[in-house]
Amino acid sequence: MSQTIATPPTVRLDSDVIGKPINRTEGPAKVSGAAKYAAEFDVTGPLWYGYIVSSPVAKGKITKIHAEEVLAIPGVQRVFSHENVPSLAWFDRAYKDDVAPGGSPFRPLHEPEIMFSQQPVALVVAETFELARYAASVLRIEYDVEKHNTDLESSIDEAFDAPKGKTGFLPPPKPKGDMNKAFAEAPHKVAGEYIHRAQHHNPMEMFATTVDWLGDGKKMKIYDKTQGAPNVQQYIAKIFGLSKDEARIISKYTGGGFGAGLRPQYQVFLAVMAALELEHSIRVVMNRSQMFSMGYRPHTLQKLRLAADDLGHLQAIEHKALAETSQFENETETVVNWSAILYDAPNTNFDYQLTKLDLNTPADMRAPGAATGSFALESAIDELSYKAGKDPLEFRLLNYTYEDPSENKPFTSKRLDDCYHEGAARFGWEKRNPAPRSMRDEKGLLVGWGVAAGCWDASTQKAAAKAVLTADGHLTVSSATNDQGAGTYVIMTQMAAQTLGLPMSQVTFNLGDTDMPAAPVQGGSWTANSVGAAVKNACQEIGKKLLKLAQKIDDSPLAGVDFEDVQFVDGHLRANEDITRSVAIADVLAASGEAKLEADGKAGPNPLNMLKYSMHSHNAAFVEVKVDEDLGTIHVTRVVNAVAAGRIMNPKTARSQVLGGTVWGLSMALMEETYLNKDFGRYVNHNYAEYHIPTNADIHKIDVIFVEEEDDIASSIGVKGVGEIGMLGVAAAIANAVYHATGKRVRELPLTIDKLL
Amino acid sequence: MNSFTLTQATAADEAVRDLTSHDGAAYLGGGTNLVDLMKYNLTRPTHLTSLGLLPLADITSLPDGGLRLGALATNADTAWHPEVEKRYPLLSQTILAGATPQLRNAATNGGNLNQRTRCYYFYDLATPCNKREPGTGCSALTGPNRVCGVLGTSESCIATHPSDMCVALAALEAVVRVQGPDGERTIKFEDYHRLPGDQPEADNTLKAGELVTAIDLPEEGYADHFTYLKLRDRSSYAFALVSVAVGLKMSGQTIEKARFAVGGVAHKPWRDQEAEKMLEGQTASPDLFRKVAAKVFAEAKGYGEGSLHNSFKIELGKRAIVRALKQAVEMEYEVNPNAFLNSNP
Repeated sequence: MSQTIATPPTVRLDSDVIGKPINRTEGPAKVSGAAKYAAEFDVTGPLWYGYIVSSPVAKGKITKIHAEEVLAIPGVQRVFSHENVPSLAWFDRAYKDDVAPGGSPFRPLHEPEIMFSQQPVALVVAETFELARYAASVLRIEYDVEKHNTDLESSIDEAFDAPKGKTGFLPPPKPKGDMNKAFAEAPHKVAGEYIHRAQHHNPMEMFATTVDWLGDGKKMKIYDKTQGAPNVQQYIAKIFGLSKDEARIISKYTGGGFGAGLRPQYQVFLAVMAALELEHSIRVVMNRSQMFSMGYRPHTLQKLRLAADDLGHLQAIEHKALAETSQFENETETVVNWSAILYDAPNTNFDYQLTKLDLNTPADMRAPGAATGSFALESAIDELSYKAGKDPLEFRLLNYTYEDPSENKPFTSKRLDDCYHEGAARFGWEKRNPAPRSMRDEKGLLVGWGVAAGCWDASTQKAAAKAVLTADGHLTVSSATNDQGAGTYVIMTQMAAQTLGLPMSQVTFNLGDTDMPAAPVQGGSWTANSVGAAVKNACQEIGKKLLKLAQKIDDSPLAGVDFEDVQFVDGHLRANEDITRSVAIADVLAASGEAKLEADGKAGPNPLNMLKYSMHSHNAAFVEVKVDEDLGTIHVTRVVNAVAAGRIMNPKTARSQVLGGTVWGLSMALMEETYLNKDFGRYVNHNYAEYHIPTNADIHKIDVIFVEEEDDIASSIGVKGVGEIGMLGVAAAIANAVYHATGKRVRELPLTIDKLL
Repeated sequence: MNSFTLTQATAADEAVRDLTSHDGAAYLGGGTNLVDLMKYNLTRPTHLTSLGLLPLADITSLPDGGLRLGALATNADTAWHPEVEKRYPLLSQTILAGATPQLRNAATNGGNLNQRTRCYYFYDLATPCNKREPGTGCSALTGPNRVCGVLGTSESCIATHPSDMCVALAALEAVVRVQGPDGERTIKFEDYHRLPGDQPEADNTLKAGELVTAIDLPEEGYADHFTYLKLRDRSSYAFALVSVAVGLKMSGQTIEKARFAVGGVAHKPWRDQEAEKMLEGQTASPDLFRKVAAKVFAEAKGYGEGSLHNSFKIELGKRAIVRALKQAVEMEYEVNPNAFLNSNP
């Protein structure tokens, strides 16, 4: 592992917790069952249950709801539908959450029109879960069914240029040179069409909301499964006209999200609406099938054309993509831009379009856009390397970009070349026979080795944190951020402990409560960086207060020392110049007589740096596959994933993130696909038995390398985040390895048995 | 409320009497399929006759040299039973290729025979399904049907029987013992499950009220030449796209006796006795295996192209038969069902 950690000017490295593989602080609570998820919280009074009824049709109108039949069942409290939903906020903007795309957000139970199959059409509230589920199952609803269209391939003519409207979406880069001429004249070229269909996030924990009706006006504690409590709060507050005090959102633990929980899901709307109408505590939990009713990685068609000169230098890059979206919103992903960041050519052309179908709006799903675009790009680059007679790794290094050609800006840091070198060394790439179909194992299986690169944004969002140091020397830091399993609890504890030189055991980090300082949704790989900087700033403010108090002590050893010249180590404030000039934090607190010290910290993007620089994380994935050619079976027997993502705050949790990402990439390459029945406009494999993700038996050796980067421009704390980058490159590397093994280039995911027959 | 009554029967005849004396009753074994069906609202029994206390969980040797598998022995206990492992390793290997350890620990042998199809549409009340609601139509004929069958299908149903265990039981020529209102009878395994025809709602030939009490294995277990080859979308917890259970008796390179069945392709484990006869008395060779495989799938019908549709199963099925026969002859493959989809040459 590369451990070239230097000291960026803005971070003290005089503590021993950052960069250490420290166990998750919440681990014991999770494995013992003490950690409570949204559907597990107790409420103060009796609890009623809401069960969601989903539309069986993709398009049409509800003509009749036979609610009276269900209301006659003893114990059924209410049937909510468009017929009796209360009057709520009128304008679209009330329904727009922080990460909503352009268009008109879906309003649950707002009108009788059906816009997608499995659209929620009613909520049945009863005194027990079983009763609510039963009553929902016998609720008769009549529909006027209209003809739907869910077929992307036959709707290409209706495509339109993807409009702006979603935060973070980058339109395709401008073209350069003369693409067609360059392509026509180049000696080496490839053209291919790439396809994957819809994929659903499928976190283990079902979307769920428990509303604790506190019996004090409209005050509620709303326990929600989400990746961002503040985003849910502003959504709920705007729609229902509530104050922040009335709509407190709590989300202590999130059983996986992967993007599904970025936007507020409809169960939280339904639960809050029912609680307000019935003035009662309510729990609403989706079932597994309903987990396929929400956002998904959209079915996308891509076309790539690449050309290189005799020496193997890229001369032409064209990347076009067409994705599906709903009739009511334009979900946009950044799909093609990666081809203009990872590589450069004098002649380029980029295009990204959408087509509206009678489906729900897609959603960000782990490395949204990049997972899609980089699979096609890195497959085509691989193909061109063979055409140009170059080793795939050599070809990538030959066409390496040292500046970001898409915006003509320097990278704040980019050690992708070291990822290639260190990954190749660990993998043993030099032993690779370049010829396809040339390698076999001892049992005769075809062996293929493939490589591919990935790239993701290193972005910072506005975040805030609060630190409280009590007289007993315990530091409690809080921020309304989220931990969907990423390790946020432990790395923020590390950041706080490091900043004030306290042992981990004297620091508590709390999250997931809108009574805490605001933080962005957990997505985009920005939490470690954004919230980490806010935590550090809050703790530094405490540090400044401590120094002032320390200097009030008679004959203070720190008299006249500036904050910049003080270090916080082992529970002491010490002068950098002379560490014997030292005061214990406990002594400062005792002398001050203060019961506690409090401070807020904020962080956010640096607009000047963003104008000047391109900020990205990178990775290189090396993969070995074994293919049983007669039977079409593919096994990924080895992966080396080398990641350059700035400073790694905790190699243990970061490695877990990259392991999970690698498995995700494998899953995308070999298994994941939601089957759309176009006759019904409905996904049909909506369960864990038929929507396949890997089991333990599918996962073999995965090696993670962190190539650390010293980068205090991309982030004030040197961190780029690892949530997305680990999955990139993996799917393309697998497809490339399959080509190396078999000589067969598959451009359609997933690479199921039938594709190699 | 979806309420039901439940009786804990203690003997087979008592269970049959209990079930037949209630309308809308169902037998409850391990519950690994029935309880799912109830949660999905696919079936709503008003009474359950629980079989958990019946003394039918034993595995015992038979006087004719065979082995009796109690209907209430769990799949796990059957797979790991020393006599099964020693004399019927094909059955042991096949059971372990199915489901997950948790499911195998709960699922019973009788229930394994009677589990329902995994066709997407059978489980989705929003879509027509002749098996679930006769006369509504078959959504799988034109929709995604990757899990569906290519042999013995009908225009009313192309569902498959999802069991792994039953594929081995078909090859082993097991006999199903049942008890009903009119007493006991036996059913040859090949006659137990049926093809859909125009009555896809009936998976098997059990008569009303009949209860599976045991599965009898004949003496021949093919312990020297066998294999279960399962091809699926992931290495565990996935139903077979195609599977093949083979048992051979060999004399040198000559196949004296051959039995095999194919799973994942039909409404029942698919046996082709003419194809088996093609192997007997012949020298094992790839050419022979290819001819046999071609014979099995000669009448096959695929329902659409591409990975969402099942036409690929015809070619895959042929290749699987060739490979499985080779494995059974050579016995040089990995027996661990979780190692590489059990498909190593």
